[in-house]
Parts: sequence; structure tokens; C-alpha cells
Amino acid sequence: MDTKPSPAPFAPWTDPAAVPLIRFEGVTKRFGDFTALQGIDLQIYPREFFALLGPSGCGKTTLMRMLAGFETPTEGTIWLDGQNIAPVPPNKRPVNMMFQSYALFPHLSVWDNIAFGLRRAGQDKDTIKARVEEMLRLTRLDQFARRKPHQISGGQRQRVALARSLALGPKLLLLDEPLGALDKKLRQDTQFELMDIQEKTGTTFVIVTHDQEEAMTVASRVAVMDAGRLCQIDTPQHIYETPNSRYVADFIGEVSIIEGRVDSLGEEIGIAYAEGQKPVMTRTGGTEVALGQSVFYAIRPEKIWVGAEPHPDRINSVEGTIVDIGYLGDVSTYHVRLDSGQMIKALMTNAERYAASRFTWNDRVWLSWSRHAGVVLTS
Amino acid sequence: MKRSMSVFNVTTLTLGLAFLYLPMLLLMVYSFNSSRLVTVWAGFSTQWYGELLRNEQFLDAAWVTLRVAVVSSTIATVLGTMAAWVLVRERRFLGRTLFSGMIYAPLVMPEVITGLSLLLLFIAIGLDRGILTIILAHTTFSMCYVSVVVSSRLVSFDRSLEEAALDLGCSPMQAFGHVTLPIIAPAVISGWLLAFTLSLDDLVIASFTSGPSSTTLPIKIFSSMRLGVSPEINALSTILISIVAVGVVVAALVSKSQIARREIEEREGQK
Repeated sequence: MDTKPSPAPFAPWTDPAAVPLIRFEGVTKRFGDFTALQGIDLQIYPREFFALLGPSGCGKTTLMRMLAGFETPTEGTIWLDGQNIAPVPPNKRPVNMMFQSYALFPHLSVWDNIAFGLRRAGQDKDTIKARVEEMLRLTRLDQFARRKPHQISGGQRQRVALARSLALGPKLLLLDEPLGALDKKLRQDTQFELMDIQEKTGTTFVIVTHDQEEAMTVASRVAVMDAGRLCQIDTPQHIYETPNSRYVADFIGEVSIIEGRVDSLGEEIGIAYAEGQKPVMTRTGGTEVALGQSVFYAIRPEKIWVGAEPHPDRINSVEGTIVDIGYLGDVSTYHVRLDSGQMIKALMTNAERYAASRFTWNDRVWLSWSRHAGVVLTS
Repeated sequence: MKRSMSVFNVTTLTLGLAFLYLPMLLLMVYSFNSSRLVTVWAGFSTQWYGELLRNEQFLDAAWVTLRVAVVSSTIATVLGTMAAWVLVRERRFLGRTLFSGMIYAPLVMPEVITGLSLLLLFIAIGLDRGILTIILAHTTFSMCYVSVVVSSRLVSFDRSLEEAALDLGCSPMQAFGHVTLPIIAPAVISGWLLAFTLSLDDLVIASFTSGPSSTTLPIKIFSSMRLGVSPEINALSTILISIVAVGVVVAALVSKSQIARREIEEREGQK
């Protein structure tokens, strides 16, 4: 497989000529009266690392199971590589899945687990041997080949599951909460390992997760889901910096949301949010608003500067009282109550030792942020 | 391991064991009695074992019993596993509750009724009573035991293992054969053993469904009891008890060594 780095960044979704590997067209799934998925339209491109992100019960797992063939859509069509896959049973699809529980066969050794799919495909002994050894090397499991799943650690099991699902060289690999069972440190290491393997094999990965950090780290694009609908599909950076709704803004990372009314238009619009307070001045970033419209202003904690005085270069400054401080080592989060009663979260890096002791509970502080710091949302 | 036991524990243990095994022990001792009278000890002898081997009626009955037990428990295991499979896996189908109730009904049904109803059925369809009818009857009543044992294992079976097998290219049948069956095998085997022992010692149902040409060992023993207890029966029972005891000990040793081996493997696995 040709893995030369292309000069342009990997972004086939911006290229109108690019052919998606997977296309969902108006896919709806109902279980009895319950609608798990509602009118899903989605394109996933070859070699993408695509994350389905959402709280439990949002339909992300159902969506993935439809790709694997364990569920069929009630309405709509799923195209994989130009083929409608609804009538294709799971064992005939060029799709493999890594299960949340790993689903390793307990009666088979690591070697035989990885060889399982190759044997079913009727490949000859030498081919199987070569492929299994390749997979063992890729996942650094060489010395565990003869062990049974119960004789290896959780992280190793996770790698066996990955090796097994990659052994058949699928066009599409589905990962169902693959790192959920690992502890935090191991999870971070494994995330980078996954990305590395995805790059090496050139396989399209679709990962299901409820962990937004995980989705942001590994994915080329993230689809945020809620109650059977797709809220936003975009790169991690866009999802974070330009969420299209309060739900997305709130689901990904920390955010403070100020509810207000547009009271001036211009290069910057003003959002009045409380009696006697200076309106928040902000660029709209393309959001169409009308005078008097009620809007939501979402701002991330790290965009806010906390100081004893207003920051001279920032257009917005407002005074408040610290009600809570979370000291996390590298950063501190401040929960500040403005005089209007509005709560704002702000985050400062602790670049200097003991700098955290500058402000304490009940201190009066100024919060300052620029005209580009926040997003105007209408829903 | 030397832990002194309290007097109370020793007493309970002794009483308990005596309660369970004294009758059998007595029977075994008297099988070596040289007297024809079962209750009078007249010296050691193995003559009843010799007579037993020459008693063709007993040998025939033993052979019938063995064949019935092997065949019926095998059929019961296949059917019982299939029933358990359907009941555990297919949560929704028409008549599921009825079906599951009917599977387990023979567990609580008095044997006499099961036997009688089978007898009526065989007469109604004109099936001559013989070894076939005993096999059918035993399959019928032991199938539900197998089903109970296997379904309790299937309930805790991780469904995603089968999905993984399908995902890796197995047809549903292959997934069952390559993944499900090997994993639930211990439950299937113990279901088979249960069916086998149930068939071995069944008297009531067999007496309804056996014909003159096919007498099982329990029927033979029971009917010869009416003519008085013969020391041959003691000898026969001793042989049966010995076989069972050897089987139990071997099974225990095997599983113990398996556990030990697994522990060693796990210890090595951590290195």
C-alpha cells in the first residue's frame, strides 16, 4: 500500500470529486416504538478515522452495528463501496469489528484467535502463518502467541482483538468503545498506537465512543450524535471551536453559555444578557442574526483571561467573584459568578510555580476576552 | 495440613457420612457373604460374583440398560441443547412462554403419569414395546434436564462471541460449531452425564414402556426382589457402586489437575 505523505492535508470531505466508502441515505432504525436512528445522511471516505460520539443511547452503536450487519435499517440505504449492503449477511461483508468486550475466543490461543477469520476464508497454511505473524508484529504480541486470552493483560487482549479484526484486511474496521476497559495512561498510549496502525494499514476506521477526548485525539472527523440524530459532523478542531449548537458545544469540552438578545449589529454584534451590564461584543463568524433575536453565546474557559484588572487589549471585560477553584496541576479552573448572577468558567495555565495562589475564593477578578473568543449560536 | 477439628465437627461429619454410606457399605460387605441368607454372615466368598456372570438374564438386562442410557442421553443432549438455545436466544417468538413451560413440565410431573401417558401413546400409535420405546421415553424425560443445565450456561454466554465469529466469516452454523459449542461443552457434557444416570436408574418409566424382550437392570433387580433378596443383587449393586465411585474419583482428579495446570499457566503468563 502506498503510504507516501501527500502534500495536501488529508481532507477528502472537502473534495467534491472524492468518492465516499460509506454512504448513509436517509437511514432510520426503529425497534418497536423506539426510534434509535432518525434520517441519517452520512458519508465516510476511504482511509478516514471517523468517530461517532455521543452519550449512551444516542444510537451510535446501532449505527455501527448496521455497518457490521447485525442490524438492518428500517428505512433508507447504506452503500459500502457502491454496494447496497442491507441484504449482505455479516460473514459476507468486507467489514470487521473490534468488540467492546473484545469477544476473544477463550478456548483458542492468541495465535488461533488471529487466524480464525483467515481459516474461515479457506486460505492455505503458509498464507495464514505469514499473515498471523505480520499481525503479531504489528501489535507487538509476538511473545504471547501461544497464550490463552485469560493469561494476558487487558491491554494485550485489546491488541489481540485489534489484530484479529485486522487480519482479514477489511475495507472498513469498526471499533466499539475499544479503549473503554483500559486505565487512563494505557488508554492514551493505545490511542496513538491505534492512529499509527490505522496509518500503516490504510484501513478506514469507524470508532464509537462516548469519550470526547478519545474522539478528538484519534479521529479525522467526528460525528456528534444525540437521540438518534447527527448534530454535527466535522473535524475535531471545528467541532471544538465552531460548534453549531449548544448541545455540541456543551458535549465537547467545557463551555460557558450566556443567553442574551442581539442589541446592536455591525462588524461586531452586541449581545445584551443582563440589565445594567455592558453587552458582550463578538464577531458572528457567519451566523445570521437579526436585531432583537435571542441567541446563545458560548465561550470556552481557556479563551478567558483572569486578572486583577481588565485586560487592555480585549474588547470584553466583566467583573465577578470567584466561587470555586479547581487546581489540576498544569491548569486551574475558576468558576466566577458575575454580578448579574451568570456563572463563567475560566482556565489559566499555571506557568509559574505558586502562581495559582494569586487568586483565592471570594476574590473580585476581571474576566477579559476578545471579539473572536466565543461563538454565537441560535439553537 | 493438620487442623484439629472440634468434637462437634467430628461427630456431625461421622453421623452424616454414616447416614449416607452405611447402607451401601453393609450391602457391599454382604455381597461377599458365602451364605444364601442375606442377613446372616457365614464367611467370605466371591461365589455370587461368579453366579452373577453366569446369570444371562442379568447380563442381558445390563446390556439393554447401557444401550438405552447411551442412546437416549445422546438424543436428549442434542434436543435439550437445541431447546435451550432457542429459549435463551430467541426472546420473542409466538408461543415462547408455552414452549418453555412445556419443556420444564416433565421436571415436576410425577413419573407415573409420564410413564402412563407414554404407554398410552405407544399403544395408540401401535408401537410395540421394546428397547425403542424405552429409548423414546427416556429421551423425553431427560431432555428437559439437559435443557435446564445447558440454558443456565447459555444465559451467561457472551453474545458478542458469536457475533465476532459471524463477523470473521462464519455462517451461523459454523459460529455455533467453532465458538459456541466448544465453550459450552462442559455444560453439554454434564447434561449428558445427568441424562445418562437418570436413564440408568429409572425404574418407573421403564416399567411402563418396556416389553417382555427388553428388561432394564432396575426392572430386573426390582422384580427379583419380590422373590427375596438374592446375594447376586448385592454383588451387582457392589459392582455398580464401584463403577460410579471410580468415575467420580477420576472426574475429580482430572478437574483438579486441570485447575493446577491453569494456575501454573497463569503464573507463567504474568512473567
